[in-house]
Amino acid sequence: MEKLAEEIQRTGKAETRTLLLNVGPSHPAMHGVIRIVVELDGETVTGADAEIGYLHRGFEKMCEVGPYNNAIPYTDRLNYVSPLINNVGYCMAVEKLLGIETTERCDYIRVIMSEISRITDHLTCIGASAMELGAFTVFLYMIKAREFLWELVEAVTGARLTISYSRVGGVKADLPEGFKEKVAPTFKEVRSILKEVDKLLTRNRIFVDRMKGVGVISKEDAVSYGITGPFLRATGVDYDVRRSQPYLVYDQFDFDIPIAEGGDNLDRYLVRMEEMEQSMRIVEQAFSKIPGGAVMVDERGNEIPADFMVDEAKMGRTAGFKQKTVRMDPTLEGTSGDRHPLINAPEKKIVLPPKEDTYGNIEGLMDHFKLVMVGHGIRPPKGEAYQAVEGANGELGFYVVSNGSDRPYRVRVRPPCFPIMNALPALLIGGMMADIVPTFGSVNMIAGELDR
Amino acid sequence: MMISEILKNRFPKIVIATHQYRGDDTVILKKEGLFEMARALKEDPELDFNFLMDLTCVDYLKFDQVPASAPTTFTPSPLPFYMKPKKDPKGEKWERPEEARTRFEVAYHFYSHSKHHRLRLKVPVEEKGAEVDSLVSLWKGADWFEREVWDMFGIRFKGHPNLKRILMYEPFEGHPLRKDYPVNKRQPLIGPIN
Repeated sequence: MEKLAEEIQRTGKAETRTLLLNVGPSHPAMHGVIRIVVELDGETVTGADAEIGYLHRGFEKMCEVGPYNNAIPYTDRLNYVSPLINNVGYCMAVEKLLGIETTERCDYIRVIMSEISRITDHLTCIGASAMELGAFTVFLYMIKAREFLWELVEAVTGARLTISYSRVGGVKADLPEGFKEKVAPTFKEVRSILKEVDKLLTRNRIFVDRMKGVGVISKEDAVSYGITGPFLRATGVDYDVRRSQPYLVYDQFDFDIPIAEGGDNLDRYLVRMEEMEQSMRIVEQAFSKIPGGAVMVDERGNEIPADFMVDEAKMGRTAGFKQKTVRMDPTLEGTSGDRHPLINAPEKKIVLPPKEDTYGNIEGLMDHFKLVMVGHGIRPPKGEAYQAVEGANGELGFYVVSNGSDRPYRVRVRPPCFPIMNALPALLIGGMMADIVPTFGSVNMIAGELDR
Repeated sequence: MMISEILKNRFPKIVIATHQYRGDDTVILKKEGLFEMARALKEDPELDFNFLMDLTCVDYLKFDQVPASAPTTFTPSPLPFYMKPKKDPKGEKWERPEEARTRFEVAYHFYSHSKHHRLRLKVPVEEKGAEVDSLVSLWKGADWFEREVWDMFGIRFKGHPNLKRILMYEPFEGHPLRKDYPVNKRQPLIGPIN
């Protein structure tokens, strides 16, 4: 210390050096595991590098090991904040490879569930980044809203997070009875929470000062990096897969693609807030348009409980069964056989039969085993297909290559965060150390899909 | 006219084959012509592919060893009366031309925002001296995508500014997505021993 003071006395200046600082991989403001190495000059970031791969689980390698349907639970764990979109994206890619059609009701159900998932993703993103800026109330409000939406997801899929709802050729179960009536009050609640959050944040001096003009990316740079989703739309490019190349039934709905001009953190926040409203609009329109169709009513007298049927079948007393309609205890509402043709493609080589048929008659049992036996199952012809869906963070693409066997030869997922994380160092350099947190929060990095 | 046909007419020397399969337009080209073609895709206002959406690789080492015991599903079942086909699958043919049957194929997916069209570019690469041109100078997004392909498949990109592993750690041996890398192989954990 004395030496330093002496030197300053003598030369009139002190030697300065930049400081290398590790942020992460385990850091309270890093959601997920990622390491950002920053070079600091005082508090100004002069260099940055993002290091990823801490959550690499070998998703793509694991997909090659099992049959096509086995990859669906893995896709849940890609973007675990909006797993339904991942499920749908993978199944659509395999369906494209197979060249099969899904039923219209199935498309509508997929749209409804994807949009609900998108809202939960945006809620998490905004809530978490607001919390990191000190607005803890907003985080609790957003998590409350997300909880209501997750209750909807649970009612349909039976799970909250690892839902594995979509199937190649359809979905696992139809929407439960009275689901539409459940959605309306939930959306009312979510809207009131969003209104409150809007009041708390959008004109909040502290929040706006921290967000405005921070983490700016130009339109040209964003396109060059391959950034998509809300991050790109905040720079003024109106690219949305749902509008540019409509898939499922998105061309049936009237919704806006919110865009902003500045490309900074505040714009990304505003775009996400508006997108949630648009997603709710899509869901409401979907409910008014979703095709129903006659669901067969079971005759009371012919129903037999599942456990009774299984017990009888074990003892070989199946002779009388062929006259009877078997009614299984469905694990989920809407999994029963009479709903099956509405929500699943009419393709016995691809779609598992309803459980009543599997346990109740020999044709169903054969269909079932032809799909679950090793070497049988779904076998698309040799070929490849790329299917893009609009994930919550941007374009989520699945590229599937088949060599004609029952296992995918190659599954590639294009994670939407990946290009954004590529651009992150460029966003941080020149800013302040404290701005890393809001900028990184607005990326909404999900380590599960980034590292796969 | 399909984009692949336009490109075939414009670059007859470097395009090996083109095909449309399941609505995806694909061009297979020699790796020498990759950079030239990519620049034309980006800069030609007719094509205007401003997005490099995805860049990946496929290892075709075991492609022909099909373990399926039952024949492949070639044609879907006829649709019931209440469903109309959404797309016409006629005239589709997917094949790997004889001269392009190399071990690796690097696949590029491009998207044009102004024209709303997509294109897949496939570049066959031999195992020996696996190297293709880097597209970082055209699209900044190619940086990490190419690093990932190097990490997972061991294909080098000529002209890449910082070609190092991205998902795996530096001392990792081998390239895990290659088909000859065993799925259950374990490697020692690295890092300081506490």
